[in-house]
Amino acid sequence: MAISIGKLWQPAIILVALVLSIPILTIGGFVFEPSGDNWEHLKQTVLPEYLRNSALLVLGVSIGTLSIGVSTAWLTAMCRFPGKKLFVWLLLLPLAMPAYIIAYTYTGLFDFAGPVQTQLREWTGWGYGDYYFPEIRSLGGAISMLSLVLYPYVYLLARAAFLEQSICVLEVSRTLGCGAWCSFYRVALPLARPAIVAGLSLALMETLADYGTVSYFGLGVFTTGIFRTWFGMGDSVAAAKMAALLLMFVFTLVVIERVSRKQAKYHHTTNKYTQLPEYQLLGFRALLAFFICLLPVLFGFLVPAGQLTSWALLTYQEMLNESFFRLTVNTLLLGLSAAFLSVLLALFLAYGKRMLGGRSVLVSIRIAAIGYAIPGTVVAVGIIIPFAWLDNTIDDFMRQLFDYSTGLLLSGSLFAVMFAYLVRFLAVSLQTVESGLGKIKPSMDDAARSLGYRPRETLFKVHMPLMKGSLLTALLIVFVDVMKELPATLILRPFNFNTLAVRAFELASDERLADSSTAALMIVVVGLLPVIYLSKSISQSRAGQSNHE
Amino acid sequence: MNDSASIRVEVNNIDVCYGNKQIINQLSFTLSEGKIGCLLGPSGCGKTTVLRAIAGFERPSSGQVLISNQIVSDQKINLPPEKRHIGMVFQDFALFPNLTVQDNIVFGLKGWPKKDQQNRAIELLAMIGMPTLARAYPHQLSGGQQQRVALARAMAPKPSILLLDEPFSSMDVELREQLAREVRQLLKQENVTAILVTHDQNEAFAMADEICVMNEGQIQQHDTAYNLYHKPINRFVADFIGEGVIVPGMVVGGNTVNTELGNIHGLVPQGCKPGCQVDVLIRPDDIIHDDDSAETAIVVERAFRGSDFLYTLRMPSGIEVLSLVPSHHNHEINESIGIHLEFDHLVVFPRSH
Repeated sequence: MAISIGKLWQPAIILVALVLSIPILTIGGFVFEPSGDNWEHLKQTVLPEYLRNSALLVLGVSIGTLSIGVSTAWLTAMCRFPGKKLFVWLLLLPLAMPAYIIAYTYTGLFDFAGPVQTQLREWTGWGYGDYYFPEIRSLGGAISMLSLVLYPYVYLLARAAFLEQSICVLEVSRTLGCGAWCSFYRVALPLARPAIVAGLSLALMETLADYGTVSYFGLGVFTTGIFRTWFGMGDSVAAAKMAALLLMFVFTLVVIERVSRKQAKYHHTTNKYTQLPEYQLLGFRALLAFFICLLPVLFGFLVPAGQLTSWALLTYQEMLNESFFRLTVNTLLLGLSAAFLSVLLALFLAYGKRMLGGRSVLVSIRIAAIGYAIPGTVVAVGIIIPFAWLDNTIDDFMRQLFDYSTGLLLSGSLFAVMFAYLVRFLAVSLQTVESGLGKIKPSMDDAARSLGYRPRETLFKVHMPLMKGSLLTALLIVFVDVMKELPATLILRPFNFNTLAVRAFELASDERLADSSTAALMIVVVGLLPVIYLSKSISQSRAGQSNHE
Repeated sequence: MNDSASIRVEVNNIDVCYGNKQIINQLSFTLSEGKIGCLLGPSGCGKTTVLRAIAGFERPSSGQVLISNQIVSDQKINLPPEKRHIGMVFQDFALFPNLTVQDNIVFGLKGWPKKDQQNRAIELLAMIGMPTLARAYPHQLSGGQQQRVALARAMAPKPSILLLDEPFSSMDVELREQLAREVRQLLKQENVTAILVTHDQNEAFAMADEICVMNEGQIQQHDTAYNLYHKPINRFVADFIGEGVIVPGMVVGGNTVNTELGNIHGLVPQGCKPGCQVDVLIRPDDIIHDDDSAETAIVVERAFRGSDFLYTLRMPSGIEVLSLVPSHHNHEINESIGIHLEFDHLVVFPRSH
């Protein structure tokens, strides 16, 4: 019987991988599409600007996330100073803040009419034009916003690497006459480099995928370019070609990330961990460490969250109406269904990998999970093109045969939105489910069988209780990711169908910042849940302390 | 050993293959009720595969497996593991991390009344010496405690046969023998029939009544520990069990073999006629240190092992042998010491090329 299931299972996994790679294959196919006049025009006019801006954005965010992420990771991993234990998880808070929300919050704060400049004028008596104030809606502003919310990727992986490295190598470098700083630069940093690079490439994937911030700041980069070309010029081919170009950069990052993660494995120096001896910081140095850790938390979370709260307090009575309720229900339903679907699919793939193994299954699962790197804009374009084609084909066919128009069955429906979420977030649920399944050693299955349990009973009595936590985590993370997702929802949602994220972004784009804050705050608060979970799990699994599984 | 009335496990000519690779080749053995058997061999010899075939996790491509005189596996029948009434202790213990010690132990007692489950758990917890740890979780236990819980869990349903797959391999080396003796005592106390798989002969000697030495998917010798050491039937067993050196020689008379160590007297196995070229196995305990002896050898290497020294000695003929000497005989390297040879029975194999 097991064989007959296996026979269907493997092709099913390959099919899933194929279906989920439709967007990538579609976009990839446009590389070879003959270029139209629009493309030539774009190439001569805006494309160089997009390239330049994207490159500068990537460079700036790299510098920003690296300097914040690595310094805070080192301080919280290796040093002792007041508030350190708190900062370990406080530093994760900005993960809950979507970039587009922090962007318009700071715009409201730093605007000419915003509280900061108003206060400045009150104190100094300056008037309009009397002073220079940096423009937040600029490339530099976008770099700061993205760095503030994306540094946790670098922080998380770098800190884990610092904690995992054997204290022996650091002690060896000390005995060889290398001081604390020298040990950091010559030993710890090089050893943690693969992890740091992996964290950075994740942050840069998010940077390239960002639509909300750059569009709000009016910056011409790839994602905004795809939008303008598609909706402004109505040229799907040119938009898809631009998406293909973006995809190339993203794949470079994927390769860098995967290679780095592999190297990170080889850079493990030992499996023997002792308690890390922390450098006790005193006086000025402790104060400095305190502020280095405080600033990212302050500007990445506390200030914008405070501003959102104060706006929400002003406007919530008007905003909490029936349409807001509908938004919330929409968001909930969409998020929950996407979460359930993606966890179910992840279970199907993860169990397939466990039971079947084999190269074709492994490769298929890799392909199915590649979507985490693909910008939502690209996924959306890659979905809408084939879906529209399919819709038109069916429509033509039905009209010829039955003289009946089916209209747009797929491309204008929630089905398309849901599909985009699956492509984009399957990797998230898959990773969580796989790590949960990894904790159930095959010998536990055997133990249950030897104790008189049939395979199905083993599934219910052994796997279910052990997997429960991982499944809930996967549901939660996917739900929150869906709730925060902006560009794909914006493009693919059915007419007049709104979510909290879309509504917040639309209101903000209409300069109704205060009105958008209720929806935005809701996204941030719900987004805190997985961050809290994450901070709990990292504080429990510190290498060097007893964590016997 | 072959009293058919009380045979608990019988394996008849089984073959096991992974893909095209044959792991087990026409293997047979039997184990009587209440005995502790051991499959001993180097890694990759197929010993775990045999255990898994008995448990029902692997299906032999031919041959039979019988448990309590009931066929559990042959060409037609293949009883799944849950129907074989076996208990198994795994290398990594495979305790369920979400269950307490007590819940782990009663896991296999489904269908028992709650009260009986409770009583059985109390009984087993007392037996493994952990009566106060019923509510603990596996991660709160030491390795040795986890191992005893795994044992109690496997024994709880009173299985026909208990299978132990390298149960001590994740333990500290110093603990293994002691644990093996403790486990033996527990099994004997409950009159459990068990099969142990290990690559460590000390574990096997400490625990098992009878041992199958395996190599390349076949049983080389099924015997007691004493016989494996003193009467190995081939060179593989002689090399694998214990220490020793092999010295070439020639049979010169009924009970005499001429070697570079001189003429050695002892029982020569049948079939070795005078003139046969043979290899003689010399164990460290065949070379006795004797200060008064006229025969001497030079100490080449020495390893202090607490109660004794294992000396590597160079004989006048140039050949090197091992000698086990009580440790108050402290001799330096290059020192010449008196020895004499003492053989009860010769271990002699026809010369291999």
